[in-house]
Amino acid sequence: MFPYLPATPEDETKILEKLGLHSAEDVFEDIPPSIRLQKDPNLERPKSELEVERILKDLCSRNLDAERAVIFLGAGSYDHYIPSTVRYVTGRSEFSTSYTPYQPEVSQGTLQAIFEYQSMICAITGMDVSNASLYDGASAAAEAARMATNRTRRRQILVSETVHPETRKVLSTFLGCHGIACEVLPVKSGVTDMEMLEEKVSRETAGVILQNPNFFGFFEDIGSAEKIIHNKKGLLILSVDPISLGLFKTPGEWGADIAIGEGQSLGNPMSFGGPYLGFLACTKSLMRKMPGRIVGQTRDTEGKRGFVSTLQTREQHIRREKATSNICSNESLNALAASVYLATMGKEGLKEVARQCYDKAHYAASILTASGKYRLLYDHPFFMEFPVVGAPSDERIHEALLREGILGGYAFQKDYPQLGHGILYCVTEKRTKQEIHNLQRILEGME
Amino acid sequence: MKVLDGLYYSKDHEWVKPEGSHALVGITDHAQLGLGDVVYVELPEEGDEFQAGDPIGVVESVKAASDVYTPIAGKVIRVNGKLIDHPERINQDPYGSWLIELETTDADMEEGLLSPEEYKMWCLEEDE
Amino acid sequence: MKEYNKLILECSRPGRTAYRLPESDVPEFPLPDGLLREREPELPEVSEVDVIRHYTNLSRKNYAVDIGMYPLGSCTMKYNPRINEEAARMSGFSNIHPLQPAETVQGALELMAGTEKMLCELTGMSAFTLQPAAGAQGEITGLMMIRAYHRHRGDEKRRRIIIPDSAHGTNPASASMAGMEVVEVKSDEEGGMDLDALQEVLNDEVAGLMLTNPNTLGLFDKNIVKIADMVHKTGGLLYYDGANANAILGITRPGDMGFDIVHLNLHKTFSTPHGGGGPGSGAVVHNGKGYVLEENRPLSIGKVKSWYGNFGVVVRAYCYILSMGAEGLKAASRIAVLNANYMKEMLKDYYKLPYDRTCMHEFVLGGLKNNPYGITAKQIAKRLMDYGLHPPTTYFPLIVHEALMVEPTETESVESMEEYVQALIRIAQEAVADPDVVKTAPHTTVVKQLDEVQAARNPVVKW
Repeated sequence: MFPYLPATPEDETKILEKLGLHSAEDVFEDIPPSIRLQKDPNLERPKSELEVERILKDLCSRNLDAERAVIFLGAGSYDHYIPSTVRYVTGRSEFSTSYTPYQPEVSQGTLQAIFEYQSMICAITGMDVSNASLYDGASAAAEAARMATNRTRRRQILVSETVHPETRKVLSTFLGCHGIACEVLPVKSGVTDMEMLEEKVSRETAGVILQNPNFFGFFEDIGSAEKIIHNKKGLLILSVDPISLGLFKTPGEWGADIAIGEGQSLGNPMSFGGPYLGFLACTKSLMRKMPGRIVGQTRDTEGKRGFVSTLQTREQHIRREKATSNICSNESLNALAASVYLATMGKEGLKEVARQCYDKAHYAASILTASGKYRLLYDHPFFMEFPVVGAPSDERIHEALLREGILGGYAFQKDYPQLGHGILYCVTEKRTKQEIHNLQRILEGME
Repeated sequence: MKVLDGLYYSKDHEWVKPEGSHALVGITDHAQLGLGDVVYVELPEEGDEFQAGDPIGVVESVKAASDVYTPIAGKVIRVNGKLIDHPERINQDPYGSWLIELETTDADMEEGLLSPEEYKMWCLEEDE
Repeated sequence: MKEYNKLILECSRPGRTAYRLPESDVPEFPLPDGLLREREPELPEVSEVDVIRHYTNLSRKNYAVDIGMYPLGSCTMKYNPRINEEAARMSGFSNIHPLQPAETVQGALELMAGTEKMLCELTGMSAFTLQPAAGAQGEITGLMMIRAYHRHRGDEKRRRIIIPDSAHGTNPASASMAGMEVVEVKSDEEGGMDLDALQEVLNDEVAGLMLTNPNTLGLFDKNIVKIADMVHKTGGLLYYDGANANAILGITRPGDMGFDIVHLNLHKTFSTPHGGGGPGSGAVVHNGKGYVLEENRPLSIGKVKSWYGNFGVVVRAYCYILSMGAEGLKAASRIAVLNANYMKEMLKDYYKLPYDRTCMHEFVLGGLKNNPYGITAKQIAKRLMDYGLHPPTTYFPLIVHEALMVEPTETESVESMEEYVQALIRIAQEAVADPDVVKTAPHTTVVKQLDEVQAARNPVVKW
């Protein structure tokens, strides 16, 4: 008697009669007895909805979430404002319980939503074409690297140390499968060492991956990097924070060949790391090398505008081992959230969010360092994150903050041991002046 | 299904038209029928060198993307750029729509290739 | 009702807004020169009313499981319980940051560990990772583990993966992405793996075999224990593609069949929603040959996705398993299999059944039995939409001509299956009596047949 199983004993009897069988056991006759389970899997007995709710609430009570704590933690996952329109739309089950649009005539809702998502990603990144999304920013980096090696037929990728550590780890896992050399360009004074970049880029380099703003929140010298890379006919792959694009120069304007990044900031909650979405957009000439789904506009037999999955022949279900990638699902619901976010915030809203992040982060940086007890690791233009160093240890700072219901920034020594201890603070548009002053008060009060 | 005289054929449904020390390569009527409407053609670059049997490009339709193999060895001296803007010509005129022109290094072109008759037989065998 | 046909950009008017942020309570800081964007983004300016109407109207152009039966073979489109959705939206699960200190997310970690334990129990495996974001990513993770396993043993020769010709396209694509060579083996007339053909390709260059059981024809390969034995004897490993696990929960386990590595599709078997194509979650489980995915373990292959996987999807799967328990999951598999066989029996007089034997949770038809006008699977699919139903999977697996793969799942009632069968039977009759109406379908959908050729020749992929 389960709510999700409509079949009653009478229904089962009816089915067995039609099949000419005596018992349901008979349908499993093909399974050799030696591998049939003799007893049921050892799971707890089935639970009713109320019981499940109680269990979940208990688990939740042991998670300190961003509604109960003030969060100054960023480093790749961000607490941004999510308008109520987003939850409404992603909650519509016509979107959430449909599948990959293999039959376009009955999937026009999903297909148009993805087309609009692609359009909006192009709008914010300044690129020509976008795909329907990938699993996350890290896998987008891996896919972009493959596009570069594919296009140039070269077998080396350079990636800056200022690109997010998670991205670099995933990149090296996937490039390793194909024996593609992945070399890291060192960080110098908080940004990519441009001299090393110039030295390392050669006619063997398929592409260079840079992040802007970088892991530390600093703006990179993309202008110089672009010249160096294109001089040797390699590809410039730029990983960007989509919120920053409300104000700052786009990958298209920088002359990037491929723009990638983590789309979580656009209408998706932090969700302990997933599901997120990776966006990938590129120049027109690279369009057919893009992995993943792509939706195109077309007309039906009566001349009406409609949308279809296009360029599918590059994908796994047709090309199989020669596919551009093995990716099958995308992050459709997350991409939908991103679209609704961008539609709701619009041209002005994205700018305003970026502005508030910028101003609040700069305000926080200025008052945290006012007394001299703490200082910025480097004095360099930044967006909404900044690395701070000072005498008290990272652990003690975190403890002190946690006691007052604050989740402190990221202690980056783990990933950048050469920089010593220090904390990367993130201040989004959701933080208030009072929260910032509270943070300062606690930090100042430490020995 | 058309098979033209005066051409050589491969089992992968490419045709070769020798022209002195050069040769034109394309795909056959059988191939374009199987693919359906061609939407895109990926061609190699001038100067690329290939062995017989190497993949030299891709012909894409809505339902398939087929690799094209060169039946003979050689160096690409010309590619048919018109097909990039008008891929449908491959459907309309497969034997008039050459993909690449090669400078051939294969001494005896007939070796390993099928005559029109042999190709016709091969197609019948395959379809069984 | 009026038809809706606008892009959100077409609803845009300068000055309209759909949002409001609190006013900033800090001063403005000067922006750095030379770093600002020059062109404004072409994003819409609309009111909240527009946003809601736009997306509500778009959603109504979609068919979904919540509307009716969606028997896509190989996709397991089962009903998505509402409580799962409520669970995933709880602030305690959705508003936690992956880098928070472990003591502040004990609930999340307990949920993941609990899911791990339950999935191991269901598959007969001993350890697993929730990191992969989808089945395909699970596949490539498992394949990389196989490669690493052999390398660690000092064996660099093993670069081949054996895959049956009936396999889903992601299998060879994943193998290729993992840097391995694909060797295809044909199926026998019963639809199972051809053992002689398998024996021929087994040698010391084979890293492993990728298989799903039941296979993509919906048939359980009776020889599985023998196959496992054959592969293990030559030193290869066995990888289980869990896409069809819905047929066997509580009945048998891949671990007992002899598989070394398993991936599960949480968005198929464990009822998390398909969301228009994602997010999914692939949970990779393995039986303790020494490889796990956590990056700080010495033998790990590294990370395949940032952070810990699709936690939000795992929450739903956890919820589902709690609700069903062993008893419910077993019943689900039993009914999924009964349902598929029921539909098969009702259809086999009208549609070709290449493998006329007991199927598992899905079955494959091979086009119409009586077909004087050459109606294709595609046309049947389009005509089904005129009956308000979603077509089954078409043209897969590749080894069946004019394939129609039907998977009702256990969440369909007898009445809904009978309605679907009736529609298919009527189409079979139309195919003889009125073939044109089938050939030119669909007639009643919001758009008619779409020009896919133009879309591929001259792609327009943004506004």
